Amino acid sequence: MSELSFADHLALWVGAALTFMIFSFLYKDNPFYKFAEHLFVGVSAAYWMVVGFWTTLIPNGIGKVFPEMVSIFLPNLSDTTPNYYFLIPIILGIMMLTRLFGSIGWISRWPMAIIIGFSAGTNLTRYLQSDFIHQVHSSSVPLVVLENGSFAWMATFSNVVLVFGVIAALLYFFFSLEHKGIIGGASKFGIWILMITFGAAFGYTVMARISLLLGRFEFLQKWLQSFLV
Amino acid sequence: MRFKSTYWFSLSLLLFFIHPLFANQVLSPNPTVTNPFVEVAPENVVAKDLPNNSGKVLQVSWNFPDTLPIMPRTIKIYRYEHDTISKHIADVTPNVKSFLDTSVMNGIPYRYSVQAEYPTGIVGGLISEPAIAKAEWFDRSKINLFVIALILVSFILGYIFYSEKGQRLFIRKIAGIQAIEEAVGRATEMGKPVLFVPGTQDMDNVQTIAGLTILSSVAKMTAKYETKLDVPVSRSITMSTGRETVHEAYLAAGRPDLYSDDIVHYITDEQFGFVAAIDGIMVRDRPAACIYMGAFFAESLILAETGNGIGAIQIAGTAMPTQLPFFVAACDYTLIGEELFAASAYLSGDKRSIASLKGQDMGKAFAIVLIAVTALFSTLSVITGNEFFTNISTFLLNLTISK
Repeated sequence: MSELSFADHLALWVGAALTFMIFSFLYKDNPFYKFAEHLFVGVSAAYWMVVGFWTTLIPNGIGKVFPEMVSIFLPNLSDTTPNYYFLIPIILGIMMLTRLFGSIGWISRWPMAIIIGFSAGTNLTRYLQSDFIHQVHSSSVPLVVLENGSFAWMATFSNVVLVFGVIAALLYFFFSLEHKGIIGGASKFGIWILMITFGAAFGYTVMARISLLLGRFEFLQKWLQSFLV
Repeated sequence: MRFKSTYWFSLSLLLFFIHPLFANQVLSPNPTVTNPFVEVAPENVVAKDLPNNSGKVLQVSWNFPDTLPIMPRTIKIYRYEHDTISKHIADVTPNVKSFLDTSVMNGIPYRYSVQAEYPTGIVGGLISEPAIAKAEWFDRSKINLFVIALILVSFILGYIFYSEKGQRLFIRKIAGIQAIEEAVGRATEMGKPVLFVPGTQDMDNVQTIAGLTILSSVAKMTAKYETKLDVPVSRSITMSTGRETVHEAYLAAGRPDLYSDDIVHYITDEQFGFVAAIDGIMVRDRPAACIYMGAFFAESLILAETGNGIGAIQIAGTAMPTQLPFFVAACDYTLIGEELFAASAYLSGDKRSIASLKGQDMGKAFAIVLIAVTALFSTLSVITGNEFFTNISTFLLNLTISK
């Protein structure tokens, strides 16, 4: 550990201190947690503002319409031909800022309406393809599977669970009918299928979270070794 | 004689250099054929525009044996623009037989040359016929998607017209929706605030839109009961839309005096910074009800666990399959997947939204029938081996294939 520079040591100590401050929330809210929380929020908000400025506003906004204006900061844009279509998002962005002026604040509703309308329209075909057509296709499997001419028990069982599980889960999300009688029974089976799926996903994700915790402990171990070993 | 030989030599040299400009199939840059029996060159180089796209892409294909005495190191692809300048655009492995050039412009003819680079030299270089990339108005490979979209949209429009005539549409009760009013009532009785988190995504996510629709109903309740509402957000446009939503709700409830822009406040775009701040708000303000409606990622369990720790009644709703288990485990009520959208339609009381929900139910019925019928004919095809059943099941499966 002797090869660590002063900057490395400083980063380790700051990281370890902030880790302990965040962990202290497990006991209860305290000034150390508050400090780490506010530092995190402040730094991240400022970071994302800077990222938004340099990766969106400058290259994709001003840089596309007036490349010569930003060529001092981004020399690779100096040869770019101006694309005046980008004036549209710039104008929409300026319209958003009218919220700051009470009397003309209503103008900001137009860009918001465009964003929501555009999202709804483009997502219609995307979700229809990925969440509807592909799912129907993947769920349309034979209820009997033969392998080399003989009955394949496990594959057949898997397909039966898949087809009936999907149909039952779809019936659970059917809002036009009361969950009574046959529909009630099928939707109950559907929610069981969902809960079993959630249980499996829960266990899988908790394992992933534990690996994250171990990663943090490994960092603390590295920090300890930096001054103990 | 001296003049004549110099003249013929110069003319030959000139023709040698300019003839590629006029020839249809000529040698491309620096081919050095050493032994054509061992070092095989790519043949039948063909460039073509791909159908059903917006252009700006050409496919180059060539013939090349899979096994050779000596395998080339790489296959080099050159592009000619206006038949004059060649540009090396890519190297591919010898087992590859085609290449998609995505750096072309629509309406410009391009020719390609493909060469094999052996340790001993480069062979090949025949130039393809010109190909022009062009955009098409319709993607014919997605006609089935269009037809299915038409069917689903016609269901929704049909129910909207039906409801416009004044017909009442039935929607069954959803437990989580009933619980929202109970939660707001509990917060009112306890004199504590209601915390509403509309997810961590922007307004281009339909779950955020559904979350804000539910926020409108919650805000109407808090305005009516004079309960404090707190809505932290992680996106600036979500903040603007959230403020509009809450303002409208307070106006609709007849309490614009209670509205303040501070109700909906931005924290940070950073996922875990946002969660850390909300955890702090929870333990300091101790809201009696925590409502999470929208798109969530890894922060879901952290939020739900902290809310559980402070003893708040918690109602969550998300369509993120990976986060639902955490909300189901840690919250009192969870709106699972489509229930989130159903709740937004139900709570808004808007006839068109409810009609849309009914139309989507018909879409689900359509999916159930399609799955059941396809599974039935596939099963009959497997059991009997009958060609008729196989053809029907293949046809039904092809209906749901979309590139």
